[in-house]
Amino acid sequence: MIHSEVHPMDSLIRKDRMPHIWCSGCGLGTNFTCYLEALKKSGIPLDKCVIVSGIGCAGRAPGYTNIDSYHTTHGRAIPFATGLKLANPELSVTIFSGDGDLFAIGGNHFIHAARRNIDINIICINNFNYGMTGGQFGSTTPLGSKTTTSPYGNYEHPFNLVYVAAASGAVYVARWTTIHVRRLASSIEEALLKKGFTFIEIISPCPTNFGRRNKLGEGLDELKYYRNHSIIKHFIDPKEADLTLNGEIIVGKFVDIDKPTFLDNQPDLSQKQDNKVTKT
Amino acid sequence: MTMIRPAIRTGEHFFNGDVACAEGAIASGCRFFAGYPITPATEIAEAMSARMPEVDGIFIQMEDEIASMNAILGASCAGVKSMTATSGPGFSLMMENFGLGIMMEIPAVLVNIQRGGPSTGLPTITGQQDMMQARWGSHGDYEVIALSPCSPQEMFDFTIKAFNLSEKYRLPVLVMADEIVGHMMEKVIIPEKKDIHLISRKKPAVAPEEYLMYQPEADHVPPMANAGDGYKVITTGLTHDEKGYPAMNAEAHEKLIKRLCDKIIKNRSDIIEYEERYIDDAEIVVITYGIPARSTLRAVKDARNAGIKAGMLRLITVWPFYEEKVFELAGKTHALIVPEINNGQIVREVERSARGKTKVIPIRKFAEMHTPQEIFKVIKEVSK
Ligand SMILES: Cc1ncc(C[n+]2csc(CCOP(=O)(O)OP(=O)(O)O)c2C)c(N)n1
Ligand code: SF4
Ligand SMILES: [Mg+2]
Repeated sequence: MIHSEVHPMDSLIRKDRMPHIWCSGCGLGTNFTCYLEALKKSGIPLDKCVIVSGIGCAGRAPGYTNIDSYHTTHGRAIPFATGLKLANPELSVTIFSGDGDLFAIGGNHFIHAARRNIDINIICINNFNYGMTGGQFGSTTPLGSKTTTSPYGNYEHPFNLVYVAAASGAVYVARWTTIHVRRLASSIEEALLKKGFTFIEIISPCPTNFGRRNKLGEGLDELKYYRNHSIIKHFIDPKEADLTLNGEIIVGKFVDIDKPTFLDNQPDLSQKQDNKVTKT
Repeated sequence: MTMIRPAIRTGEHFFNGDVACAEGAIASGCRFFAGYPITPATEIAEAMSARMPEVDGIFIQMEDEIASMNAILGASCAGVKSMTATSGPGFSLMMENFGLGIMMEIPAVLVNIQRGGPSTGLPTITGQQDMMQARWGSHGDYEVIALSPCSPQEMFDFTIKAFNLSEKYRLPVLVMADEIVGHMMEKVIIPEKKDIHLISRKKPAVAPEEYLMYQPEADHVPPMANAGDGYKVITTGLTHDEKGYPAMNAEAHEKLIKRLCDKIIKNRSDIIEYEERYIDDAEIVVITYGIPARSTLRAVKDARNAGIKAGMLRLITVWPFYEEKVFELAGKTHALIVPEINNGQIVREVERSARGKTKVIPIRKFAEMHTPQEIFKVIKEVSK
């Protein structure tokens, strides 16, 4: 084995910000590496790549990424990214954030950005709870799961995110887990290169909070669970891909369609005057 | 084919304040507008929806005001001057991310065409009830810049001023207008392009490897790299150091908060604008801002005609508050009178600044403008 001082992802990471804050056994490090790999492979000029997040454990990823990065407020990554993309269509804008951030506090922005087909990419780390604030239930927590605010078991029905994304108009919808590193990385790459609003859900272990309270074992045990209980079913109706506590995990690519984006549909007023977008 | 209007519509127009504001924004180079309809600010969004495609800009009607505020911050980070416009309920929704703009130091303009509150209040009727929210509406310690126009012409002029201040000092700047100014129609003169003075944010003068996101210059303002410029921007709403890296400790927090405040406080003389009338020998001064200034001027003239030494100080910049001036006036007058269309907000600042050196008298009015007679009556009573 050849040992080298240089990690293949070094140039994409802000090394002076290491060590990161993520717990050992957390899926975030692996998910983040898949994103970096996809970024590199996509061939998109890095100076034009932007990463945006809201607040949460997942939301810390931009601060570690050595490209233009914006760590915004809880739930608001999507409208912030919408502004970035529409103001400079040359940018490739990706959001890397958590389930609570994107679907609880930020859920309304998600459905509207998907409906408008804003050309941005969403990577949602679904760990079934609010990791950052110590493990409360959220909009993806399976029925019956224990969290710090559902001590008797969650009595709310969760969202099926891929179904929400497809119904809202996303042109690309996929779900993977942290164990599917190769498929996940190539799916992210595909999404980065796809025009329109893309959505990738990553089922990811949070051993410190969700895993511990629901007796799912260490991070590694959760990955083993994903390996043994996930089934790839490309292009099934995402409605059929509900998730439950201790149930099977349907993964795969569910939607890959083309339609005009928000910018494609802009009115074209010919006879333009000397008014071109003025950069400040 | 429809006639495409130019970005700067030089000439004389008959506009309401909302439309004048939209034209001021476009003349400033604003090419991104995000908003959510709300009376009495809707006409700004309507004007922008018609005008942005004409000037190759983007109009987007967002799902709410939280989204609108964030969208303009994002667009500004991509290097495009951006604006949103709203009224009370929407202003409340924007407050958290107005704070994000303060923390990340993002230039943008937020227009509030005020109506009566709290809550849904009086959607179609005027107010100046958000003046303290403008100052303190987001959480944390910070300084703001807020301008107060009193005519459609000033809606045009002050929107340009607001863009310039936002670019110069890197923060979202507030235009605190009201329903009367927003809806009244008057002559608005749009100058020629060459006569419109515009300011753009400072760009980094160093190579990307040497650039620090939040390293201030002598004016306390750091140069700003836009997304896509190759500077590997790192920015967060967390307390951060000069590099833009999160810094979770008391020293870093104190340093950052003090600088964010200092960039406004230490540049007050550049930022603050005001108008004085009949001030030199005045024994009674009416301190006013926004639409009541127009009744005030008439009342002060009437007082002079009646032999009363009255004067007017009109605050163009309400925040930062011109406390030195108010203190100075307090030292040489019998009374300071403060007419506002609210239950007494800026009068608190006047009282604080006067430090007991003179009488401070509010004239509280709800949902309508003061008549000159109402203000004159108070001046006359005080003069006895
Ligand atoms: C307006 C607001 N409300 C609440 C919070 C507190 N908060 C921070 S992160 C978070 C939840 C994060 O959960 P998720 O998005 O799933 O990310 P994770 O930490 O699980 O990766 C909450 C509630 C906040 N920062 N801002
Ligand atoms: S709390 Fe959970 S999601 Fe957050 S870093 Fe720890 S394991 Fe990961
Ligand atoms: Mg989560």
